[in-house]
Amino acid sequence: MTKAQLIEKVASQLNGYTRRQTEIIVNAIFDSIKNSLAEGDKIEIRGFGSFRIRKRKNRAGRNPKTGDLVTVSAKNFPFFKAGKELKELVDS
Amino acid sequence: MRKADITTELFDKIGISKKEGTEILEIILSTIKDVLKKGEVVKIAGFGNFVVRQKKERKGRNPKTGEEIGITPRKVVTFRPSQVFKKYVNLPESERTPEPAVTVLKEDKEDKESQDHKITL
Repeated sequence: MTKAQLIEKVASQLNGYTRRQTEIIVNAIFDSIKNSLAEGDKIEIRGFGSFRIRKRKNRAGRNPKTGDLVTVSAKNFPFFKAGKELKELVDS
Repeated sequence: MRKADITTELFDKIGISKKEGTEILEIILSTIKDVLKKGEVVKIAGFGNFVVRQKKERKGRNPKTGEEIGITPRKVVTFRPSQVFKKYVNLPESERTPEPAVTVLKEDKEDKESQDHKITL
């Protein structure tokens, strides 16, 4: 399923919103999760899962083309952990 | 941040009532769950992909006792954030995109239908 199909699905179950309006709302929801993580907050959604930032440390890497040793700098990584209900749902 | 905080933001930013915001959020979550339950991928452009992966049986250890135990084969959900998302969480605040201040007004369904009708006439 793509985002366009998700929006379609949500729009079909809602009364009084056009597809375009639904798109704005759906985007706003994902944006709000992104912003919250960017600010260092975590998001916990019961029955679904949680999003948080994992810190990646500096590490040694190689330029795959030249084989040169380079340092890959530390960064933040968005991480999702499935909740209990979702875990059980996909494994049933 | 929890569900209620997301709907508060929806209200503040685009004027969606909390009741409707909750309804919309629930539809999104249950739709994603339904798709994952079927073992299919959910791709959200600009956000990331939710993928179901089949894990093989493997040996594990009880970390407390050191006792070896079998871990049964299973399906798990993994989230692969998009390039955009990965970049976004590493941007300084000043470079993050400010959110557009838009107001989504609910349309009167009957009005819209009568308008459509007029057009067809």
